[in-house]
Amino acid sequence: MMTATHARSSARDVLCLALHQFPYDLRAFLRNPQSRFFTLALPVLFLIIFASVFGHQNNTVKVSGGTIDTSVYYVPGIITLGIIAASFVNLVISVTAQRESGVLKRRRATPVPAAAVIAGRTLTAVVVSIGITVLLLVIGWAAYGAHVPARTAPALAVAVIVGTVSFCCLGYALTSVIRNEDAAQPITQAIMLPLYFISGVFIATSILPHWLTVVGDVFPVRHLVEALLTAYNPHTTGAGFAGTDLLIVAAWGAAGLVVALRRFSWLPRGA
Amino acid sequence: MGTPTGTGESVITVSGLRMRYDDSFEAVRGIDLEVRRGEVFAFLGPNGAGKTTTVEILEGYRRRTAGDVTVLGEDPAHAGPSWRARIGVVLQESRPERDLTVAECLRLYAGYYPSPRGIDETMELVGLVGQADATATRLSGGQRRRLDVALSLIGDPELLFLDEPTTGFDPSARRAAWDMIAGLRSLGVTVFLTTHFMDEAEHLADHVMVISEGRIVAAGPPGTLGGRQRAAAEITFTLPPGASLAALPGPVRDAVSYGTAGTNGTDHVLLRSARPLAVLGPLIAWAEDAGHDLPDLEVRRPSLEDVYLALTEPGADAPPLEPPEAPRHPEAA
Repeated sequence: MMTATHARSSARDVLCLALHQFPYDLRAFLRNPQSRFFTLALPVLFLIIFASVFGHQNNTVKVSGGTIDTSVYYVPGIITLGIIAASFVNLVISVTAQRESGVLKRRRATPVPAAAVIAGRTLTAVVVSIGITVLLLVIGWAAYGAHVPARTAPALAVAVIVGTVSFCCLGYALTSVIRNEDAAQPITQAIMLPLYFISGVFIATSILPHWLTVVGDVFPVRHLVEALLTAYNPHTTGAGFAGTDLLIVAAWGAAGLVVALRRFSWLPRGA
Repeated sequence: MGTPTGTGESVITVSGLRMRYDDSFEAVRGIDLEVRRGEVFAFLGPNGAGKTTTVEILEGYRRRTAGDVTVLGEDPAHAGPSWRARIGVVLQESRPERDLTVAECLRLYAGYYPSPRGIDETMELVGLVGQADATATRLSGGQRRRLDVALSLIGDPELLFLDEPTTGFDPSARRAAWDMIAGLRSLGVTVFLTTHFMDEAEHLADHVMVISEGRIVAAGPPGTLGGRQRAAAEITFTLPPGASLAALPGPVRDAVSYGTAGTNGTDHVLLRSARPLAVLGPLIAWAEDAGHDLPDLEVRRPSLEDVYLALTEPGADAPPLEPPEAPRHPEAA
């Protein structure tokens, strides 16, 4: 037996192959009209609609340290939605489709390690998340006069990356329990839409009934909003790292990773 | 394909393979097979016979219930990336990578392998040269299959698995696919082909193995499968107007298996004989003497299709033509 010769691929191989995989995944993402609409256009639309509907007449929202314009408040919330669209929703839909159409099965027959395929796809989500974040920040600055202070910019970047990677892990976990690609879109929306409402994405949590905020506090969406808002809030003093919120988001991601590692399947499940 | 091109080195060895799903259905019930380097091996059987289960065990996708399996010197159930770099797999069903062009798909897959074949060379091999910039999902069925084959060849494999490569093709696309597969032989690639088309196996394979209900029911070169070479030839013709069965010469009359003695023009006669020349000679002499032409005279041996249908008939306990041959071993010569 040649057991020694097929030792596990080195971390360097995995990294090289992930970097090889990444531009193809990104290209496929950018060429897909559905991906472009739901991940890039829809968050912009939501920001404009929510900021216009609730942000007129100098409405303000209470945040820690003071109040901010409602239109400004929506920027970190809709960034959260954009990150979740790029990592969780888009990943669940595309990976489920790849599995059911035999694409993952075919890749499994090649020498590429699983970790490289997964890391390459996650890298695409990170890049798209950064893209949508920058886009929404620019709109927030140009239309609503809000800008991120330089001292909290690193905290914002960390929140975007921790959020993206965690929601990718949750996406892989959810993919492993969805049986066919037709179910992927409705299931992701059924999970995320209610969470957006109770987590401060669509409606400021300060006006929600207390019990709803308690429910929202259990899930990672609320904590990602809080982490981004902390970095975005002009009243924040210091570096703007919301350590507890980031830890809770990361813990959800880690739990998702455990489920994904146990349940992830390369073979179609619908058949 | 007359002469086997295998060099004798065993590429796939399987013995006593069994596969049981969920403690109930036994899809594979103890099969033995051997594939030698350089040959095209056809694994033939109806849908649900256990073909895909077997090939997926050989490809390393499924864990077997029992038996020994060696593919390129390793057990596929425990083989790693260096082993995968030496095989190519064309799945029975797989759609192309979404939103990528043909050339991009090939470049993506080429990057997975340590020493890939050239992109242009591979497109040429499968006849996709004009489609390099076409979106993979927009290709026709036949072109998609060519892309599947191209992706399986990009790593320059020694062994290629083709799982029902032409299912769903129209006849001309099937012919084109056959030419492409036959061309792989010249690359020295060993091909393990599963199919439920008899003519496909006959056209492409050096060796055929027929599986039915999880068991091997026949094995051998396509020309001798199921004792076909020893089966009686069939001679058919239409009795000329005015002639009767009784007028035929003795050796011909003795061989009649089916015939009608009427006087209208549609009297078909079927003769069966293990020695067709002994029947044909007197038949032709008789026809020439009597001034008859026999325009629809036909001599055929049972087609591989007939053999296959008989072998794979559901519930057939024993193969009707001949017991299965023992698994092949490399010939001493």
